[in-house]
Amino acid sequence: MLDQYIGVVITFALGAVIVLGMVSGSMIFGARSTSRRAVKDEVFECGNPSSGPARGRFSVHFYLVAILFIVFDVEVVFMYPWAIVFRQLGVPGLIEMLTFVAILGFGLAYVWRRGALAWD
Amino acid sequence: MGLIEVGIAGAKAFAVLMLVLHMSAVLLWVERKGSALIQDRIGANRANIFGVMPVNLGLINTLVADPLKLLTKEDVVPAGADKLLHFLAPFLAVFPVMVTFAAIPFGDQLVIGGHTINLQVAGLDIGILYVLAMSSLAVYGVVLGGWASNSRWALLGAIRGSAQMISYEIAMGLALIGAVMTFGTLDMQAIARAQGHHFFGLIPAWGVFYQPLAFLVFLIAGIAETKRVPFDLPEGESELISGYFTEYSGMKQAAFMLSDFAESVVVAGLATTLFFGAWQVPLLFRDGFHLPGGAIVALPHLAVVGLQIASFTVKVFALCVFQILVRWTLPRYRYDQVMDLGWKYLLPLALANMLVTGIVIVLLG
Repeated sequence: MLDQYIGVVITFALGAVIVLGMVSGSMIFGARSTSRRAVKDEVFECGNPSSGPARGRFSVHFYLVAILFIVFDVEVVFMYPWAIVFRQLGVPGLIEMLTFVAILGFGLAYVWRRGALAWD
Repeated sequence: MGLIEVGIAGAKAFAVLMLVLHMSAVLLWVERKGSALIQDRIGANRANIFGVMPVNLGLINTLVADPLKLLTKEDVVPAGADKLLHFLAPFLAVFPVMVTFAAIPFGDQLVIGGHTINLQVAGLDIGILYVLAMSSLAVYGVVLGGWASNSRWALLGAIRGSAQMISYEIAMGLALIGAVMTFGTLDMQAIARAQGHHFFGLIPAWGVFYQPLAFLVFLIAGIAETKRVPFDLPEGESELISGYFTEYSGMKQAAFMLSDFAESVVVAGLATTLFFGAWQVPLLFRDGFHLPGGAIVALPHLAVVGLQIASFTVKVFALCVFQILVRWTLPRYRYDQVMDLGWKYLLPLALANMLVTGIVIVLLG
């Protein structure tokens, strides 16, 4: 049973080594200059002096998308086990899923009508 | 589990990781040359080894000279950045994408010296769940990269990117459910084998013929997940410099670039496995070609396996090239259009596809 995960473990180990080597490559082999450090370490803002912290406020709409994602993605996860055994369940299984999707669809229609999906 | 099995698994893992890495690098060159062709210019042509090569090899430039150049660049971490997260973000952008390929089969069985080798790094019976889990981790690279940089452009790109990627993940997951219902399993090798028969003994029974709508939704959502044109709002260079990786240099920046291409390869690999018969070659069975009319062209085992691996590679590469063509043909969407496409078109379409699939399966018994 767990034998099938040997490949995953090995891939993780190999992948981690390759990617770590790549990401730290410039830190090891890269050039390093000490002159004019203060200017060099500035964040890039098209040449303007940067003012205030960058991590400011942003539109609440992005939070909304994240919450909607959690709601709908959990529903999608519920559907996978059903999709596997669907052939054994037959018509009753289909009716149950139709009910489930109807509720989900109602939720989507509600969110849509309330304007949560609209961007301006 | 003997030492030999572990060794074989290690060799397969290494081969697959190298396949993803090198295909991404070759794609980078194909993209440069292809975009040059589309835009009627010459493209990458400045590589020659001490002026002795008969032709200028742009491919050498992309595969060898560019990584070497990036390796020697200074690794700049901006003041005020979170140093640990700044380092971790490119790692988290590439790593999950590369390990995704562990569940994708690149051939049937290879029988050699009494060993039967399943040509798949990990024969997971929940392969599709593994792929979805890994590919959804890639969003952390984008978010952390933008947040850690302490830059306005990077943060804007990260927020846009995360909202876009999670939106299209729902449509992607729902589209795959249609395919899962058709095959009745999450095991990707089993899905590949299920596509081995033919309609009328001639047309291969690939998933795309059963689930054309699921393929369309999956491909669009997949391209959106790779954050490339026409969905490149997280990095949109004319708006956000380079978005979430504005403050990266050297190999870290290359890692972000690579993750984009590796994601293209993974999307193509998934589409190949689920919708284009994985490693299946039309009319090729385990003992050779079965031509319509009953004639059989027998082939040795190694030739069959070789053809299968070649078939998988060619299909993946063709789908990658298709993504590049899309990228250089379409202009960038507006942000509201991107979100509308994901939530108002692809999501209901994928739901409808799932229900229609269910009804058809029940009607056919």
